[in-house]
Order: sequence, then C-alpha cells, then structure tokens
Amino acid sequence: METTRKLIRKQSLEKLYAHLSGSRKIYAPVTAANKQVDYKYNPPYAEVASDHIRSTLSVKNIVFPKVENLFLFTNNRTESTITDIELFKIPEVVLWGAHPCDTAAFDVLRSIFCWDTKDEFFSQRVEKLTVIGFACHKSDDYCFCTSTGLSPDSSKGSDILLSRLQNGDYVADIITEKGNAILDSCPGLFEAAPDEKPVITEVKVKFSHEQVTAKLANAFEHPFWIENSLRCIGCGACAYVCPTCACFDIQDETKGKNGKRYRSWDSCGFGLFTLHTSGHNPRQVQSQRWRQRIMHKFSYMPDRNESLGCVGCGRCSSGCPVDMNISEQLEALQNI
Amino acid sequence: MSENIYKPYLMEIVNIVEETPDVRTFRLKFKNNEEAEKFSFKAGQFGEYSVFGEGESTFCVASSPTRKGYIECTFRKAGRVTNSLANLEIGDTVGFRGPYGNTFPIEEWEGKNLLYIAGGIALPPMRCVIWNTIDLREKYKDITIVYGARTVSDLVYKDELKEWEDRPDIKLITTVDPGGQTPEWRGEIGFVPMVLEKVAPSSDNTVAILCGPPVMIKFTMPVLKKLGFKDKDIYTTLENRMKCGFGKCGRCNVGKVFVCKDGPVFSYEQILELPEEY
Amino acid sequence: MTNLINRAKELLENGTVKVVIGYEAGPTGLARPAFITDPAKAGKLIYDDRCVQNLAVYLTKAEVKNLGKMAIVSTLPVMRSIMMLISEHQVMGDNIVVLGISTEKELLDIADIGVMKGYIEKCDLRNPEKDRETLAMLNALTPAERFAWWQKEMEKCIKCYACRQACPMCYCIRCTVEVNQPQWIPVQANPHGSTEWHILRAMHLAGRCISCGECGRACPVGIPCHLLTMQLADQVNNYFHVHAGTSDNMTSVLSTYEPNDKESFII
Repeated sequence: METTRKLIRKQSLEKLYAHLSGSRKIYAPVTAANKQVDYKYNPPYAEVASDHIRSTLSVKNIVFPKVENLFLFTNNRTESTITDIELFKIPEVVLWGAHPCDTAAFDVLRSIFCWDTKDEFFSQRVEKLTVIGFACHKSDDYCFCTSTGLSPDSSKGSDILLSRLQNGDYVADIITEKGNAILDSCPGLFEAAPDEKPVITEVKVKFSHEQVTAKLANAFEHPFWIENSLRCIGCGACAYVCPTCACFDIQDETKGKNGKRYRSWDSCGFGLFTLHTSGHNPRQVQSQRWRQRIMHKFSYMPDRNESLGCVGCGRCSSGCPVDMNISEQLEALQNI
Repeated sequence: MSENIYKPYLMEIVNIVEETPDVRTFRLKFKNNEEAEKFSFKAGQFGEYSVFGEGESTFCVASSPTRKGYIECTFRKAGRVTNSLANLEIGDTVGFRGPYGNTFPIEEWEGKNLLYIAGGIALPPMRCVIWNTIDLREKYKDITIVYGARTVSDLVYKDELKEWEDRPDIKLITTVDPGGQTPEWRGEIGFVPMVLEKVAPSSDNTVAILCGPPVMIKFTMPVLKKLGFKDKDIYTTLENRMKCGFGKCGRCNVGKVFVCKDGPVFSYEQILELPEEY
Repeated sequence: MTNLINRAKELLENGTVKVVIGYEAGPTGLARPAFITDPAKAGKLIYDDRCVQNLAVYLTKAEVKNLGKMAIVSTLPVMRSIMMLISEHQVMGDNIVVLGISTEKELLDIADIGVMKGYIEKCDLRNPEKDRETLAMLNALTPAERFAWWQKEMEKCIKCYACRQACPMCYCIRCTVEVNQPQWIPVQANPHGSTEWHILRAMHLAGRCISCGECGRACPVGIPCHLLTMQLADQVNNYFHVHAGTSDNMTSVLSTYEPNDKESFII
C-alpha cells in the first residue's frame, strides 16, 4: 500500500485516542511515580506518556505475554482430557505510542515464531493488533536503532506512524490497510498534511551490523567473550526487557486434578537453561551464555531467520545492573 | 479454529516393560482413531511426552515406523517428568506431541553394511532405526550391532537382544563394563571403544551409527577413524535439552542449528561444523 | 583514588594477587565492575559516588575465581558480604586482599580479617536511612494495606532473577526456585508466583542480608525488593541482637537453636 501523509492536530489526537479506545482495548505508555514508563491497558489519555525515550519493558508482552496458557487439562489418569484455548477470543488491541524500534521488533518476533511451523498464539495476537507508532523526537546514548538498519522515524511495524511537528501537532503516515481503516473511520480528525518536516531525533550510527555479522562468523573462540563478560551476573534482565528475545519455558501447574500448561519468558543467560538431566551442560559458564546472546542476534538469526535479532532500543544496556553495554561491545566486535 | 501446536495427542499406555531397575518402555496407543490414522513418523524422530501436571520430556520414538498402530518410548527415571512416568500404570493417559526433527537417511544407506554402536540408555534412540532396517533386511548388506552397558542388568531390550543374537543375518556383540558381568554372562567384558577395536568391523561400504554418553562417543570416534570410517559415514544423534520442538524456545540452539529441527540426526561431518555446545 | 590505583598496581606487580576487582567508568558515564589483571591498566580504577554495585558477588563466580587470587575494592557492604561468605565457607579469608574504602572514600589499611572486623564494628550497621524511612512508612500501614502495596509491586515482577543474581549471598548453583521435585515455587511470573518467590528469597536471606540494597537496585522494573530483606535484617537484630556480616564466624540465626532463644512467637 502506498503511504499517505495527513495532519492530525494536538487536540484531535486525544479524540483519536478516545475514538480507538471506544471499540477496542488500548495499550499505551504511562509514567509511574518513580519516572518509569510502563505500558498499561486503557489508561486515561491525560496519563499517556508521549515524551519518553523508552519504556522499562518493551511492548512484546502484547504478542508474546510473559505467561501464556497453552491449554487446560484434567488429569484423571485413565480418562484425562484437554481443553483448548479459544484463540479467537483474543481481543482486538490498539498499541499506542510505541517507538519505531519496538514496532519493528514484531517482524523479528515473527521470524522466530513463524519461521517454520506457525505459532498461532503469536500470529493471532499480531492479527488482532493495530499499531499507532510514534517517531522519536528524543534519544539517548543507549539508542542505536540506526546501527541495526532502522531509524527513529522508521514506519516498520506501524499501521499509522505519528511524527511530532514543532508546534505539537503531528503528521500521520498511513502505512497499512489497518491504518487506512482507522483513517476511514474518523476522517474528520485528519487534515491535509503541511509541508513541514517533523522533529526527529538524531541517533548516531555506532557500528555496521553487516560487519559485525561478518566478524562473528569466525569469532566463536575469541577471548573477547570471557574478557567482556566477567562482570555479567547471569540474570535475565536483558532478555526480559528485550523486544525481540523470545526464548521461553513450558511448564505445568495444577490445582487438584485440574491444571494448565503454559509458556513463560525464559533466558539463554540463565545457567540452567541448557542443563541436561544428566548434569551435562553445553553452556556451562557465563561467557558462553553471553556469547550465545550476541551470536544468536547478530550471527545465527541473520543466517537462519533472515532477520537481525536486534532493533537497537538499548533496553538491555540501560536495564543491566552491571552496565553490560551491548552497543559498546558490538562496536568492539566490529573491529576484532 | 487454528491449530494449537502445543496441544498433545492423548495416548493410552497399553503395555509396560521394565527394562532395568530404572528404565521402562511404554507402548502407547492413540485414544482418538482419527489421529492414529493421520499419524506417521520416520526413524530418528522424537516427541514430547507428558504427564499432565508434571510437564513434558523429550525422547525418541523407540519403535519402528514399520510397526503400525502404536509407538513406543523408553526412558530412564531421572527428572520430574520421567519420575512421574515411572509411576504410571497400564491404562493411564499420557500426552504426546510429535513427531519432530529429521530422520536417519536409511534410503541413502541401501546396499551398504550397517554398524550400530550404542551405549547404555542410548540404544532406545537407535532401536527405531535398527528395527526399521531389519524389517527391510534385503535392502542392506551386513548388519552389526555393538551394544554395551555398565552392568548386565543395565542392558535394555533383553528379549530383543536375544532375538537379534539368534538371527543369522545380524551380528550382535554385547558387552558390559569390567565388573558389571554376572557368572552367566557370555558376552564381552570391556568398554565399547575397546570392544569395537577388538571386533574391528570393516569400514568398507559401511555406515556407522553411534549413540551413547559423551564419554563413549569421545573414545569411540578415534577407533572409528582408525578403522577407516569417513566423517560423512558416521551418524549420531544430539540430545540437547528441548522444550518446544519447533525451533522457537531457544534451548537446543547450537550455532545456527536447532537440534529439534535440523537434528537430532547428524553426520559427524555436520557435527564438526558446529560450535561445541552439545 | 591515587592511593587505590597505586595499591592495586603494587599488588598485581609483586604478584600478591592476579586480579583486582574494582570499578571503572563505562561509556555512558556509569561506573561498573572492572577486573584488572594487568598492572598497567590499574589506572582505569575509579571510586566515587557512582560506584554502587556490591562487588562481593564476583567472589563466588567461577570465571572470576579462575583468574587466581583476588583483591577487591570494598566498601562496608562488600566487607560485610565477605564476612558472611567466609562464615558460610564460600571463600577463604586468606585468599582475598581487601582494599577497604571508608565512607569518606579513603583507602583503608585492612591488613587482615581481624582488622576488617574491627572496622565493621565501628560502623553504623543499620539499614540506610532512606530505606529506614520507607520501611517506617510501610510498617505504619495495616497488614491488609501493606499486602496490597506489595501486590502492586509484585505485579511488575518478570522473574528475571536480577535480585538473586546481584546478591552476594545468593550463591547457590541451584536455587530453590529451580528445584522442581517438588516444584516449590510456580515458574510463572504472576502475582502469586512472584510473591512466593520474593517471600522465599527474603526468608533465605533473613539473618544473612547485609543491607547493601543491591537486589532492589538491580531490579529492571523497579521493585524495591531490598525492603523485604532489610525489614528482616531489622527483625533479626530486634530479636537476636545481631547484624549480619560482622565477623567471619557468623552463625545463621534461622538455622541455629539455642536453649535460651525466645519462643514468644509460639502461642
């Protein structure tokens, strides 16, 4: 579909929000008392954040919830039964206010969840999702979207991308049919676009991801991994805040005879992630796990899933308790 | 309604064989006939077996695809799921999803000699392909099976070992670790690599299929090399930890390979290309 | 700072230690743990207000231990952690050189564990003031209000276990949450599973927490989980009159029985 550009005035934006939340759930960023920005369902418009650089967690929760029931069961030994999850009941959701790095991450997740066998839990959620992306007018040192082939005003993953103008109004790029449907449903809120360029932050290019990928092909045994991961404490913070990390666990939980099987977020950084029952562990020490994290995103995924496993949001680095700065490491890896 | 790829088939345990004090074989039948009709698999593939309330565990299908109407699995009591499986009885329900993964290239092996080498609980993943090739016996030349376990009581499939031993068209060599023999033991005594070296099967027009604990593989490889086997003629299965079976959950990722999708069967030539994370 | 750098350099040059664990400045201006093995690189070491992580967590990390004998830049919480780790037989006091840092950011001369003990005894061992204030606020609530307050926090938990991994006292190779026979704690991060995790973590640290606050600082979603362990540190001090990490021979209050222990909690 050809992109059309419209103008939406500051006052109309609130009306658009009200219009969208009238018929669907809306998932939007809110600033908490401690200044953290978290996404919430159906917050009042007055509370919606629009000036933040990044939310604490990414928005992947909306298509890959931290806990997702796979089915319910009753264990009667000889007469056990399974009750399927009614995927068609997944509600329509509008994601409001996500930045281009986060919206681009949906494609990366799709390359994991649907690269071979299609994961319906993920795909159904994506199908029911409409994305109103907001281009970035602010950034910080952790941002490196431009090093991963994206930009602060990339429309990838957005159905409508809003970019702020100097006076607080927005230009709206209508990217997809879903976006067009919104435009059609409330044409009065949109006006002809002005010629003015929106305010877009500048994000410095820190490395060439192609070069990093090329270097990694022969870097498995490099001392870099041990030297640069000594301070990694092996928590899952980076993976859990990451918009593209998709490793998961599958577990059962019961109450009496009834129970459910669910999947929940997991991390390749955990020591027990690959541990065999026999006690053998293919990735025994943290440097191997740190290497896996970088290799998976920048070498294995481009090779296997035809998608870089990183969108440059910088959350893993800003959220790391010991300042494992991924863009710094990738910059260094480019030159090893 | 879309398909839920994580939903297992309901299977009934129709037979249980106590192989060793901690190893059991289940024969499983589909509870739903339609599912049974549609189901097919090939030698080498695996599945996720579950006890509802305890979770899933990964093992190969241990029966041959030439034996229709059921599947079998053999497992050792080791973790949460296998311990609960060990407490089940005939008539109980388990879950099964699969088949997953690739297969042994048995068509490529036609007209060749087959040398199967297994240690301990690694015979089950090989049993499927062994029976598959035995059932298509005329397509292959000599079939040799070298199987070792720590003690006589740790040997699995004892009835089948007897059957293979009695067949003139199969050469079976069984061995137990020194000290693991009983007074009645007539087989070899010694570790698999040493017994293999002693038996010294020819590598000429032969494919070697090797399954066992990492230490056995480590010491058997040099023997196979010495016997003249080429990397591409040696096959094994990798046993990385798995959860999903679809190359998504991330556990079995070794380099760009997902053991659950690209494996579990690999030639040694392919394994040499992988980072050592298996 | 110059003193610290010189001392680190000297220890590495004369072979007393193989690695100095300290802080360096990262590219975004944050301070972060650094592992200096080359005396020529000792100049990277810094110590200022940005240096917040509890470095004692590295004393039990396999790949750091592999480097050889360690010197460690130690503020009071690090020293107290070292005392606990020695008491729990996780590290040997003789194998560690303590580069003590006073509250005035001066390099202390900690010749041995005895000297360190003397220094710790003179310090204020209570929870940090800011946390005492928050705890006082929470303790003034009714149990129902307090539970509701924590439930709101627990909803945020993603079970990334940064709290556990950042804690020097959480050195178990297999944590209770990873034991699945039986499955003590639900794996999923729902309010119930997360609450159980945090209660369990706090209980396992009762009498062992040295009030560094590292768990709460490490939390990527901002749960002040350090308040749970600090509250218990306070309780332990009220009931048993001990502060954790004050000697290299601490006995665990929750797993030690003494005939004169108060039993007032048994009705």
